[in-house]
Amino acid sequence: MLLLPRAVHDQMVAHCLAGLPDEACGLLGGNLETGAVVTCYPTRNLAASAKLYTVDPKEHLQADRNAEAAGNSIIGVFHSHTHTDAYPSPTDVAQAPDPDWHYVLVSLRDVQPVVRSYRIVDGAIAEEPVSLEPG
Amino acid sequence: MPIPVNLPTVLRTHAGGAKTVSAEGSTIGEVLLALVEQYPGLSGQVIDEGGNLHKFVNVYLNDDDVRYMSALDTPVKDSDEISILPAVAGGAVGDRALRPR
Repeated sequence: MLLLPRAVHDQMVAHCLAGLPDEACGLLGGNLETGAVVTCYPTRNLAASAKLYTVDPKEHLQADRNAEAAGNSIIGVFHSHTHTDAYPSPTDVAQAPDPDWHYVLVSLRDVQPVVRSYRIVDGAIAEEPVSLEPG
Repeated sequence: MPIPVNLPTVLRTHAGGAKTVSAEGSTIGEVLLALVEQYPGLSGQVIDEGGNLHKFVNVYLNDDDVRYMSALDTPVKDSDEISILPAVAGGAVGDRALRPR
């Protein structure tokens, strides 16, 4: 389960909308064991594409250090799909870097953005519940 | 002098769970090769079969991405610190090579 503070949810969705027409991406800092997200780290999409994303490596390093300094870790990544479902694509699965991470998809296909979260382990996709938390 | 190397969570299991390990070398490549010798589980995870930096990781010398320096040939000195993080990428279309397993 992903425990997602409403403020982080809103920040994530706003970053994705601001990135249109390209995909947008960012990292989530929090507690790897509980799945509680604490901080959203919006990053640049170096691929600058409507179909691909690459988290800026320098911003990733800064986010990682910031999360570690706060006693947290990077526990996942979010990115938008501009015209498709909030479901991991073959590219997302093939490049999923860490089986312990949470993979959050924000679909902007419909008027209302749709946020879903997945675990990706050895190429197998499993959706997990997202609990919107106060704060 | 051994150079400290910070590992991402996904690679720590190959290094006995350690967050930071260390290895000797005068370039990024030498340090990483010494690291793989020390922790054979890291083999193929950081340096690819062609002897280049693996495309699925980013390696930093202090604050800088070594791909924008001299990659594996980037010199390191005693006070330096190396960090490895996964390259985070994907997208809505599957037009990239599949990650080897």
